[in-house]
Amino acid sequence: MGATSDNREVKLPVYAGLQIHKQKPGDRVIALAGNPNVGKSTVFNALTGMKQHTGNWPGKTVVNAQGYCTWHNEGMVLVDIPGSYSLMARSSEEEVARDFICFGKPDAVVVVCDATSLERNLNLVLQIIEASKRTVVCVNLMDEARKKHIELDLALLSKRLGVPVVGTTARSRKGLDGLLDQVQGILREGHPQERRLLVSYPDYIEEAIGQLVPAIEQGAKGELDARWLAARLLDGDDGFWVSLQESLGVSPKSDSGVATALRQVLSGFLLRGISLTQVQDDMVASFVHTAAEVCDGVVTVTRQGGDARDRRLDKLFTSKATGFPIMLLLLLLIFWFTISGASVPSELLAKGLFWLEDRLAWGALAIGLPTILVDILIHGIYNVMAWVVSVMLPPMAIFFPLFTLLEDFGYLPRMAFNLDKCFQSCDACGKQALTMCMGFGCNAAGVTGCRIIDSPRERLIAILTNSFVPCNGRFPILISIISMFLIGSATGMLGSLLGALILVGLIVVGVGMTLLVSKILSRTILKGVPSSFTLELPPYRKPQIGKVIVRSIVDRTLKVLGRAVVAAAPAGLIIWILAHTSIGGITLLAKLTGFLDPFGHLLGMDGVILTGFLLGFPANEIVIPIIIMTYLAQGSLMELEGAALLQLFVQNGWTWVTAVSTLIFALFHWPCATTCLTVQKETQRFKWTALSFLLPTVSGIVCCFLFNTVVRIFM
Amino acid sequence: MKQCVRLNELMPGQHAVVTRLTSNGGLRRRLQDLGLAQGSEVACVQYSPLGDPVAYEVCGTIIALRRKDAHEIEVEEVAYHGCDERQ
Ligand SMILES: Nc1nc2c(ncn2[C@@H]2O[C@H](COP(=O)(O)OP(=O)(O)OP(=O)(O)O)[C@@H](O)[C@H]2O)c(=O)[nH]1
Repeated sequence: MGATSDNREVKLPVYAGLQIHKQKPGDRVIALAGNPNVGKSTVFNALTGMKQHTGNWPGKTVVNAQGYCTWHNEGMVLVDIPGSYSLMARSSEEEVARDFICFGKPDAVVVVCDATSLERNLNLVLQIIEASKRTVVCVNLMDEARKKHIELDLALLSKRLGVPVVGTTARSRKGLDGLLDQVQGILREGHPQERRLLVSYPDYIEEAIGQLVPAIEQGAKGELDARWLAARLLDGDDGFWVSLQESLGVSPKSDSGVATALRQVLSGFLLRGISLTQVQDDMVASFVHTAAEVCDGVVTVTRQGGDARDRRLDKLFTSKATGFPIMLLLLLLIFWFTISGASVPSELLAKGLFWLEDRLAWGALAIGLPTILVDILIHGIYNVMAWVVSVMLPPMAIFFPLFTLLEDFGYLPRMAFNLDKCFQSCDACGKQALTMCMGFGCNAAGVTGCRIIDSPRERLIAILTNSFVPCNGRFPILISIISMFLIGSATGMLGSLLGALILVGLIVVGVGMTLLVSKILSRTILKGVPSSFTLELPPYRKPQIGKVIVRSIVDRTLKVLGRAVVAAAPAGLIIWILAHTSIGGITLLAKLTGFLDPFGHLLGMDGVILTGFLLGFPANEIVIPIIIMTYLAQGSLMELEGAALLQLFVQNGWTWVTAVSTLIFALFHWPCATTCLTVQKETQRFKWTALSFLLPTVSGIVCCFLFNTVVRIFM
Repeated sequence: MKQCVRLNELMPGQHAVVTRLTSNGGLRRRLQDLGLAQGSEVACVQYSPLGDPVAYEVCGTIIALRRKDAHEIEVEEVAYHGCDERQ
């Protein structure tokens, strides 16, 4: 399969990036591990007061995060690691998790478990207990277990595992104090690992381990558990050895004593006709059986059918008849609320901020600042920032919370489930639907999120096509053009509904293009067979509405807005300078737009619009303000309301053809600077960054050109 | 009646026990980690709107698999006596 050959190309910079920040030398490092979607980040946030992204779908956390927590006057650095099913890494985020647990030398590992599927979670617990000296098991989601009539005997579980076990409900912070007590308790203990439950393998493996351990203890000293290392030697995972070598400089495999012992063991296996697959299977089976044994008597289901409601909802959201209609309807509703709810606050904000601009300018002049400085600061920088804030803040403050509600509810994995067939026929991964959804918020976040895709080839496809769906910075462009030109005379609710419909249509086009380009990529430069993947559909959860709203506004909206404002300020300065510096009587801005004009017209737009997109490279939010400013030629933006804006555009030659062309180009053009940087960071190859830039750009140019040719022929 | 089939042949509502995994490498390991190991119980829950992938219930969780991956899992159908309203 092609995956191995391009594996190196998209190799992610693994945990090497994480530098643990202790505040005092005595601080302890605690790793938070667990299966995906069991509430690790929720526990982490509750303990550290940080705001890691949580949401109801597996795979949100793709990089390690650290936070600080003090309990009984002792400091602890908590590290939130990506969810993983096993320490035998299969995907890059599992590799991150494994590397930190095994080689990051945490003082203790807290394994967070899902109380509603304890048996499966124990697989990882048992592996971690085997690999680390100090383990605490945190059985989270106790409230859901209760609801599903699952009873757990945690005292018995603790006795059997030989490690402390604490039941928690992280969302309402229940049991977390107990967790911290147990963690500090085990940190104080001398040799807690003597009590732990070690999985026993079949005799022939135990024998082999027995042969290897002395050699390992001699040859590769270190803090790693010799028995555990021996077992991993037999598991034969190359990535594991690479990480071991890289992070600790230990390489028992190349140590001659160990290598000899291993050769002996393996040839012994060969003689007895035992294949490597069988060894691996038998090891896994040992974990599975031990987990089942441990669970026996610990877990009691008092009443079956606790998930009936979830299955009914699944029928609704993913059945043949209703799956897709509901998906489109939800999208439509979100956009409708966003458009209809945002227009009034947007206008008010604009009025207020521009009113303030005049007062600021007046005040600045009054205290004696030079006119030129006032012009630059107030009419240049402040003006653009005011525009960006008033255009972006209201829609984002509506869109993000709505989207987060869906995310918390557990809808996103269902969407991936519905759409997978489409991605499959493009030889891509169904999880690309999830990264696409993240792209709605921010393409840069979407690109990072692509780490949830295991196969490097498919991850690369997802990265390269992420900016085919519009991000939040581009929604304002789409919304304002749609409401000016395409809704026409329809106003009020009807108008915003029509606007939302068009927007949904555009998104469908974006998704279609994502699929098309994915298909082209996997038939040409990224050839390969679709790899297998598994997608967990978590239980539906009632979103915590209040929290979601606060969190999505404070964390997401303001963060994105902050970035936009930061990008807007220098852009405002540049535009002001361009508009006020002239050579031979023509301003630089006019020169630039004049130069781009012929090209713009070819695509149904004009030089000004292209200039907007060009200068909007730092952040797409400023595209429209730049266009307006350039049209106004006087160098800064005056108070403009809907109708006046439309008039301005029409005066400058806009027709519905211009509007549609601009919409297409807004949908498909180069990704913003942040996204490009992120692609570079994720792929570490300039060629992929360049391709991620070119793909949407060329698509946009081709689409605009085709659209205009068709229009010219028929009209 | 016991009958050996591939997992992808199960219809929604049918229950089975895994008898053998025929895939290798990464998928094999991942399936085992998810609880789809020899001897474990699995139930077909629902098809997606386009018929592929299919959702299965394993170890109390719902896992979606593509048909071609589910084909790599041999199962033996079993009758189910629980109080399950899906049937
Ligand atoms: N009912 C309930 N829900 C919880 C609890 N803890 C977390 N959740 C919810 O479970 C979901 C997943 O939580 P996260 O903290 O994001 O999970 P994670 O383990 O970090 O997930 P990954 O990053 O994907 O590995 C979120 O929707 C949380 O709100 C709990 O104790 N009870």
